[in-house]
Amino acid sequence: MNSYPDSRGKFGIYGGKFVPETLMAALSELEENYYKIKNDPSFQEEFNKLLREYVGRPTPLQYAEGFSKYLGNGIKVYLKREDLNHTGAHKINNALGQALLAKRMGKKRIIAETGAGQHGVATATACAFLGLECVVYMGEEDVRRQALNVFRMELLGAKVEVVKSGSRTLKDAVNEATRDWVTNVRTTHYIIGSAVGPHPYPEMVRDFQSVIGRETKEQILKSENRLPDTIVACVGGGSNAIGIFYPFIEDKDVRLVGVEAGGYGLDTDKHAATLCKGTVGILHGAKSYLLQTEDGQITPTHSVSAGLDYPGVGPEHSLLKDINRAEYYAVTDDEALEAFQILSRTEGIIPALESSHAIAWVIKNKDKLEGQIVVVNLSGRGDKDVNQVREILEERRDLRLW
Amino acid sequence: MERIKNCFEKLEAKGEKPLIVYATACDPNCSKSLEIFRLILKYADMVEIGMPFSDPLADGPTIQKAHERALAAGTNTQKVLELVKKIRDFESEKPLILMGYYNPIFVYGEEKFIRDAFQAGVDGFIVPDLPPEEGEDFARKVKSMKLSPIFLAAPTSTDDRIKRIGEVTGEFIYYVSVTGITGEREELAYREIERDIERVKRITGKKTVVGFGISRGKHIKEMYNSPDGFVVGSAVVKRIEQEDYKNLESLLEELKAATKLS
Repeated sequence: MNSYPDSRGKFGIYGGKFVPETLMAALSELEENYYKIKNDPSFQEEFNKLLREYVGRPTPLQYAEGFSKYLGNGIKVYLKREDLNHTGAHKINNALGQALLAKRMGKKRIIAETGAGQHGVATATACAFLGLECVVYMGEEDVRRQALNVFRMELLGAKVEVVKSGSRTLKDAVNEATRDWVTNVRTTHYIIGSAVGPHPYPEMVRDFQSVIGRETKEQILKSENRLPDTIVACVGGGSNAIGIFYPFIEDKDVRLVGVEAGGYGLDTDKHAATLCKGTVGILHGAKSYLLQTEDGQITPTHSVSAGLDYPGVGPEHSLLKDINRAEYYAVTDDEALEAFQILSRTEGIIPALESSHAIAWVIKNKDKLEGQIVVVNLSGRGDKDVNQVREILEERRDLRLW
Repeated sequence: MERIKNCFEKLEAKGEKPLIVYATACDPNCSKSLEIFRLILKYADMVEIGMPFSDPLADGPTIQKAHERALAAGTNTQKVLELVKKIRDFESEKPLILMGYYNPIFVYGEEKFIRDAFQAGVDGFIVPDLPPEEGEDFARKVKSMKLSPIFLAAPTSTDDRIKRIGEVTGEFIYYVSVTGITGEREELAYREIERDIERVKRITGKKTVVGFGISRGKHIKEMYNSPDGFVVGSAVVKRIEQEDYKNLESLLEELKAATKLS
């Protein structure tokens, strides 16, 4: 397993480099430079120092006593507190790693796409810190849903480009960022925010995020003296999930569960459950599962959580699904909104709507998790979502826990 | 393959170069599109028929909107192939090239797609998100049907890459004139483009046409000597969007006249 991707950037049949010729040289350059720094102690040292001093790593692996008690059944839940990272989510691990790499490559201009705004904020932050120019593409619909994050990016000196094409969400922001990259490829590095895109992105993002899993392993062994039974993470593109899964892939007794956005339900067409309901295709430079029509047109997705609202998924997850090493399920918007409130009340932690999907799966499956040690990757904090959830709960009083 | 070869040879004998015109299939709908291609083929020597896709990431706003219009009209791969067949019914000689992103082709099934396209009268394929690394299989299958896979070369392509592109491509190479997406441009870097096209032709020995940004006769005249043909897309699609067919015809006239320079 650890040998993926192969030399052509493939995870089994998935992955690859399906991009216009103009970008091929840039991908080769990136690949070459990435493999150089991957094994370069001076880079790793610098990166780890920043993770420690600037990001605040290692993040705690917290035994969630109140939430465990709420679940009952002798379940012990540990939360990997990625929400405590600087900027409030796991996204900074990758943004900082790639920005550092870009700087070494002599690229002075950074572009990024963002859905919920977390990756955009993380990238804007890394760029401000390292003195790089930053442009973030964000769908018009997401700009509306996450207005505060737009302002945060602007405060950090980034330029936010509002994307008005297609469905005006994350997918279209990726398209527009790619178009920018094709145009400015000689001076610009594109920091993709998830474990998606052409090779070497899925590998590189996984590597930068796998610090989550490495820390988790060390921490759980320290507190429990054994590995967890189950690890749960939400999956949009899948970067926080692959980050925590990857160091456990060879530990076959550890069950890996990815939770997708079920939106209004998997029996409707309003969801973003790519691995649960998708078929194989090619989008944004890689072969992977996709939500598409039978003619191969990408279908619009829906999720209450902007960060999961994406019709594709990282190629390594597609492989993990096919070889049954990880399992993928979905929870609905309503279930996620309930989990959002439950964790707030039982732990005093307001989780991101994305991470609430992972919490919701645990709640939903508590009867099957009896006596288990369960680690949930709490990938981000929910401050950014409070306003949106307030609006929803004002309209949907039936979902309120009070 | 024969049609493409004959096209280059015949024009060369007359001292002309092919004008290659792109339009999106079934924009704004399939029956109107047939009429548009009929008009285009009065002037163009070869056409590129665009297969609409929801996420055309090598294209600028003009062609993006054309894809959206075609999809809104219910276009799918089968309807594109039906349109091609209708074009082939009145145009027996000029090459018809399908240009489309890879996902709809992959989902349709590569082999079935190539076979059905062949039967519809297609001569070649351009798949902008399928570089040689991913497209070798596809290229082999296309060639086995005596059709032409057309690969792109770009200003950022290294000599090694160009060599590889030359090995997998069919009758010609499509040189992308700019680092960027499709769309009209006021001016182009003519000398650089000529130099690069000479480089591509020297390394590969293949005919090399130029596209991206070419929208006026003037652009063709400014760099007439090096390229073996000229592709015009967005300028044509813009006039289709405006439903200004008179203006479209005068543009085509201007462009074709420019390819007869020598």
